[in-house]
Amino acid sequence: MSTTDKSGRIVRVAAGQGFWGDWLEAPRRQAEGGPIDYLMLDYLAEVTMSILQKQKERDPKMGYARDFIGAVESIWPAIAERGVRVIANAGGVNPPSCADAVRQSAERAGVSKSVRIGVVTGDDLLPRLDELIAGGHALANMETGEPLSTVRDRVLSANAYIGSTPIVEALSKNANIVITGRSTDTALTMAPLRFEFGWGTEDWDRLAAGIIAGHIIECGAQCSGGNCLYDWQNIPDLANVGYPIVEGSADGTFVIAKHPNTGGRISIRSVTEQLVYEMGDPHSYITPDVVADFTTIRLEDAGENRVRVFGIKGRPPTDKLKVSIAYRAGFKAVGTLVYSWPDALPKAQLADRVLRERLDNLGLRFDKVLSEFVGASATHGPLAGDPGDPPEVQLRFGVRGEDKAAVERFTREIAPLVLNGPPSVTGFAGGRPKVEEIVAYWPALVDKSVVQTRVEVLE
Amino acid sequence: MKVRLLDIAHARSGDKGDTANVGLIAVDRSWYPVLERYVTRDRVAAHFRGVITGKVERYELPNLNALNFLLHGALDGGGTLSLKTDAQGKVFSTALLRMVLDIPDDEARALKLPGSKQWPSYQRSPKE
Repeated sequence: MSTTDKSGRIVRVAAGQGFWGDWLEAPRRQAEGGPIDYLMLDYLAEVTMSILQKQKERDPKMGYARDFIGAVESIWPAIAERGVRVIANAGGVNPPSCADAVRQSAERAGVSKSVRIGVVTGDDLLPRLDELIAGGHALANMETGEPLSTVRDRVLSANAYIGSTPIVEALSKNANIVITGRSTDTALTMAPLRFEFGWGTEDWDRLAAGIIAGHIIECGAQCSGGNCLYDWQNIPDLANVGYPIVEGSADGTFVIAKHPNTGGRISIRSVTEQLVYEMGDPHSYITPDVVADFTTIRLEDAGENRVRVFGIKGRPPTDKLKVSIAYRAGFKAVGTLVYSWPDALPKAQLADRVLRERLDNLGLRFDKVLSEFVGASATHGPLAGDPGDPPEVQLRFGVRGEDKAAVERFTREIAPLVLNGPPSVTGFAGGRPKVEEIVAYWPALVDKSVVQTRVEVLE
Repeated sequence: MKVRLLDIAHARSGDKGDTANVGLIAVDRSWYPVLERYVTRDRVAAHFRGVITGKVERYELPNLNALNFLLHGALDGGGTLSLKTDAQGKVFSTALLRMVLDIPDDEARALKLPGSKQWPSYQRSPKE
């Protein structure tokens, strides 16, 4: 398993996906570009679970990230012959069906004898919601404080974020592919380090180090040159960007690295940008396993494209788990029109006023109407200052509300402006805007004691 | 001396619900105290006046030469509810880097801060 001897043993955990929709090439490049022990694939963002739940409603065999099947198909030799183990939260709301699809793929590839699939379940709270609410678990929204009962009949999915323990259990039962549902992104990296080095469940500093290693690589190339603002002009060969690899040591220190002959750049600056990404209170990064303190992290240059991370402190976790709940929250549509020079912005502004008046005259009511002027102020608002007389400005006009018919009617009011509104308008070839059902995110907490995870290893 | 944040710091932003976070990182370690002293919570709240609807929180990470700002009410409800182009707060980072600081000349010289160039109209005009 290990790539060096016991004394200074290094375990390599490579990131191959940062979200569902990430680069399809990355898993294969990580498996083939150099030595790795584990490939970590993170597929789940906040609203991904609800998309998967909708797919499962249409077909009970669906509800997992299907990209994962293509990913393992592209690396069977690494898994079956070279002993690379794969950990992924690709199971979504249906880990057993995901495992089934992986097993069938292994059979087709003729490698099923050397594949043991670990399946982690127990995070799905949807079938238990009424029982939980009746038992006094309010599942109140962490942002607004409202109890879940206010939207209960519109809930699509509810999953507890679970930690590293069931993954470690699957690894200890010799699974070489571990499939979870709503595991935390960071647990996917921390679990193999904890398993390999035998860290205890109260080894807070090392567990916190594993979590921070996970945070650094959970967004894939976003720590190795992707989306890096510092010196972006000179980051080499983004076309062949190398995804990150954690080289972990038993003492909890680790190096962030990437395979040789890959593009991108790993530096203290690129790693720092990722460390602060989506950060809340840096003293308390709360996970099911440990609370990590980001103010203790030390970074050190460890050679070209290598950053050493050390000094990390952790403390015991809370007795709660975060729950990711998705619910139906009305409808929205966004339409766009492009106005050209001269006076592109005043033309777009006039179109905006005309459109608002027409919606009013129709008596349409929305919870929110938002117009933006792309090319002038859409992303930075008043901070952008005077745009001058730009070559073009896009009017981007959106509405949302509970009344689907009103949103539908709005989508018919964009195209007429081409002939009956301000001049020099183009860029409407996409047709009428699409009405989208909004599936919104409801973060809540639940007592740890009510969530029991289960691990099954399929031979 | 006028010093633009873009010339002394880099940044990355992201979202948690309706809150955007901006991590602001000093380009040179010796410039971190400038960020800590001048890029205050109140200064950032004033910078984003009219852009966000809620309060601003600030956390210090001297170990990373970085500050972390939480901008509440920044994302029109956030996530899938938001109608904004930047529904996930990805470019609040560069919006913060538009800020121009007034640094005493001797302090700026001692720290070798990159000084006033001819900037485009990156900053909100004083009369607004």
